[in-house]
Amino acid sequence: MASLKEIKTRIGSTKKTKQITKAMEMVSAAKLNRAQGRAEAFQPYTQKIREVVTSIAQGTEDVSHPMLQEREEIKRTGYIVITSDRGLCGAYNSGLLRETHRLIQERHNSEDEYGIVVLGKVGRDFFKKRGMPVMQEIVGLNDHPEYSDIKNIAETTVQMFADEVFDEVYLHYNHFISAISQQVTEAKILPLTGLAEEAKEADQKTEGRLDYLYEPDPATILEQLLPHYAETLIYGSLLDAKASEFGARMSAMRSATDNADNRIEELTLSYNRARQAAITQEINEIVGGAAAQS
Amino acid sequence: MKTMQTYVVTPDGTVFEGQSHMVSVKTISGELGILPGHLPLVAPLAIGAIRIKQEDQLHLIALSGGFMEVRQNEVNILAESAELPSDIDITRARAAKERAERRLEQAKQENIDFHRAELALKRAVNRLEVAQQ
Repeated sequence: MASLKEIKTRIGSTKKTKQITKAMEMVSAAKLNRAQGRAEAFQPYTQKIREVVTSIAQGTEDVSHPMLQEREEIKRTGYIVITSDRGLCGAYNSGLLRETHRLIQERHNSEDEYGIVVLGKVGRDFFKKRGMPVMQEIVGLNDHPEYSDIKNIAETTVQMFADEVFDEVYLHYNHFISAISQQVTEAKILPLTGLAEEAKEADQKTEGRLDYLYEPDPATILEQLLPHYAETLIYGSLLDAKASEFGARMSAMRSATDNADNRIEELTLSYNRARQAAITQEINEIVGGAAAQS
Repeated sequence: MKTMQTYVVTPDGTVFEGQSHMVSVKTISGELGILPGHLPLVAPLAIGAIRIKQEDQLHLIALSGGFMEVRQNEVNILAESAELPSDIDITRARAAKERAERRLEQAKQENIDFHRAELALKRAVNRLEVAQQ
């Protein structure tokens, strides 16, 4: 059995670790709150932009824009992967990266068939280590990113689609379900085929269709609106992913704190046992000594 | 007097929400004023100020590009960024203006940089104008 002093040091260090994990848990909880607030604040914007896009698609008879149409031949697929910069958040990154890696291996035979746009240090290191083609990266993002922080990367990615570098673009991220559960999600953001279908569906409902005036004309508006819409989708997912990250970190830190509690309890128990054994032994020795003298 | 529900929304949240009597914006093809009862309309917006008239109040908002959608007595303005005069950081806008001007000087040869610097300058000037009115 370990000596009394050894056990005592271990209890001390476990307690310190517990303090740290507990503090991190609380910090994450506060950040989660804010991240959730931001994700909610963003909702009306996507909602509105979606309404406008679908109503334009609905209002104009022949909606044709490269971003709304499936390309006949998919030469290269783009993957936008949203990870975190730091670890200590449970399976947040590993689950996502494993799934992405698996899907890519399954779908593509060579490196020319796909390209990766990665957000976050963990993801970047993962793909670079495996020699996968990282076409763009952004690390060191703020905990509560603003639209302007990712505007560049979103714009260039959408531009890459427009320039036919990519023929379709998927988004991989952890979708926020609740503070304790996140779900690895794949969403196709380009081409925006879902919108055209949605417009048709809305058309079939009896909802009165609005005949918009377009200033200057529908084509110009789609030209501007669609790339912007795709960019906001990326931003929305980033906010979602950030909320998940804090949720994941919070629960990881909570279980670490719980583990530390258990460990301290066990150690204290064995400390007391060792102490008792030492006392018993000492008494035995005294009694033995006295008996020998008499 | 008739009013219309007006929203100014950005990715970072709603900037303005309320009933208004008139909204005037700068679209890419020129200034445009919207009164209650306007026909449904969609128009892309340029960098510029939006004016929202409410009773006897006039709200100014600095806008950096976006869209406007008008439907029956409802105006939705979707912007990449929109700021009320009180939210504008004047020192930052001024620094951005100077930076953009310097870059314009340097980048007269390269077209891409020139365009970006020009946009940055427009945004900075717009912010300053709105803040100082």
